[in-house]
Parts: sequence; structure tokens; C-alpha cells
Amino acid sequence: MITNILFMNGYGLYVWSAFTFTLFSFALLYIIIKIQFIKEKKKFIAKYGTLNPKRASFAKSQSIIKDILSNTSNI
Amino acid sequence: MFKYFEPNKIFSVTSKAPKYVLILFIIVLTIGLTESLIFSPEDYLQSHSVRIMYVHVPAAWITLGIFSTITFLSVVGYIFRLKNFFLISKSLAPSGLIFNIIALVTGSIWGKPTWGTWWAWDARITSMLILLLFYIMYLLAWRIYENNNQVFKITSIITIFGIINVPIIKYSVDWWNTLHQPASINILSKSTIHESMLIPLMIMTAAFTLFSLLIFLMKYNTELIKIKNKGLDRL
Repeated sequence: MITNILFMNGYGLYVWSAFTFTLFSFALLYIIIKIQFIKEKKKFIAKYGTLNPKRASFAKSQSIIKDILSNTSNI
Repeated sequence: MFKYFEPNKIFSVTSKAPKYVLILFIIVLTIGLTESLIFSPEDYLQSHSVRIMYVHVPAAWITLGIFSTITFLSVVGYIFRLKNFFLISKSLAPSGLIFNIIALVTGSIWGKPTWGTWWAWDARITSMLILLLFYIMYLLAWRIYENNNQVFKITSIITIFGIINVPIIKYSVDWWNTLHQPASINILSKSTIHESMLIPLMIMTAAFTLFSLLIFLMKYNTELIKIKNKGLDRL
């Protein structure tokens, strides 16, 4: 059965390469987008850290900034 | 109605959603791969090569769907001056591009055992390649232009020209004699595909849709943080 799944009557090379290409593209895009996300988040945290307390508390009053700071471990 | 699309309101949802979408995507993809590679039957004419359909067709559907959505959002966003619609469009584009590439490459791989060639300049394949060029132009426009008004205008124009190509892709197999087979699945009439193949196809379509949703959410969150980074600079 395994041989049949692997070789698929001689079409295995085509089928497996199509599926492999698809999954590889998914993984590549996911990694690229995740790296971009982590980079932006690090930049945000670094910038936020340089703000003086008054400006930091003003920035934190915005709900979206509060969300960014509270979800640092998320994707 | 548009106020519900304000970034401040939806970020709390979009920042938490990706991890759940990722888990769901992995589950649905695992079921889809098992169904399409092991349990679905081989075709009486194309034998096992028909299995390429389970990645090729959903990728083609989704890339067309995403481009249509991008066009709609860009046009509505431009008319009503809704910046967030452009942000959503920009975040949808990377997955649309990757699905376009997948559709072209897997189609080419499928073409070799079926037609005896990797590539043919027929109407369906060429129009899909043109769509890829529109995706590239769209994403390049976002990289090239810094000014918001300029980029909104140019990306809207690109999508308006690009959308003309979408019905050409859809009906190319009916309008011209092409190597590509006509559609087997019709919403308005009876599909010519057996349910033993239709079910894995639908599962794979669901998995691919979840993947594009995942990428969209991650990209959208990145874009929002980018905007907030600029905001912190001004503080």
C-alpha cells in the first residue's frame, strides 16, 4: 500500500512535487510574515521603552497600544 | 457601518485570532491531505495525476477570490476615503500572490503527464500569468510609493485594470479552444465531479481559505503595529 501511495502508478513524482511545492510555499510565506511581525513588534517595544513616563502613559491610554503591549507573545 | 472596521476596534480580535486559526488550519489540512492523497479514488483517464487537482483548483479559486476582494475594497475605500479598507487589501495581497504562484506551478506540473508539456501559451494559463503580474504590480506599488493618497490611487487603478482579467480567466475555457479542461464544478448547474473527489476538494479549499485568513490576520496586525510605530515617533 505504501509503495502504491509513493509511486502512484508512475505519477508519484508529479503528485508529490505539486503537494511539496504547495506546503513549502505555505511554510515560506508564514515564516516571512512572522519575521516581519516580530520585527515590527520589537521596533514598537523599543520605541515605547524610550518614551518618558508622561508620554508612555498617554500612548498606553490608546486601546490598540494597550493590546499590542499585552499580546507580545502572540503570533 | 464602517466604524466597525476601525483598527482600534478590531485589533483586540485580530491579535488573538491567529493562534486559533493556525490550529484549525493544521487540523483541516491534515484531514484534507489524508483524503486527497490516500482515500480519494484515482481518475479513469488521468489515473493518480488527478490528485494534483486538490491543490491546483483551490489555489486558483482563492487567488481569484482574493483579487476580486482587493478590487472591491480598494474601490470602496477610494470612494469613501476608508484607509482601513486599503490596509485590509494590502494584507490580503501576499496570500493571493502565493496562491497564484501555486496555481501556476502545480498546473504546470499537472500539464506534463496530462498534456505532455510543462507550459502552453493558452488562454487560461496566460490569463493566470497576467493576474500574477497584476499582483506583483499591486505589491510593488505599496513598496514604491510613500505618500498615502498616491498609493491609494495607484493601487486602485491597478486593481480596476486587473479585475478585467478575472472574467477572462473564468470564461477563457468556454470562449476559446484551450488545452485546459472546462470547469467541472458549477454553482448554478449540476457539477460533473463525483462526490468522492468533491469532498476532498472542498476540505482542501477550506484549509487553503484558513491559511489565507491566517496570513491576512498576521499581516494586518503587522501593518497596524507599523502605523502605531509611526505614531510613537510623533509623540
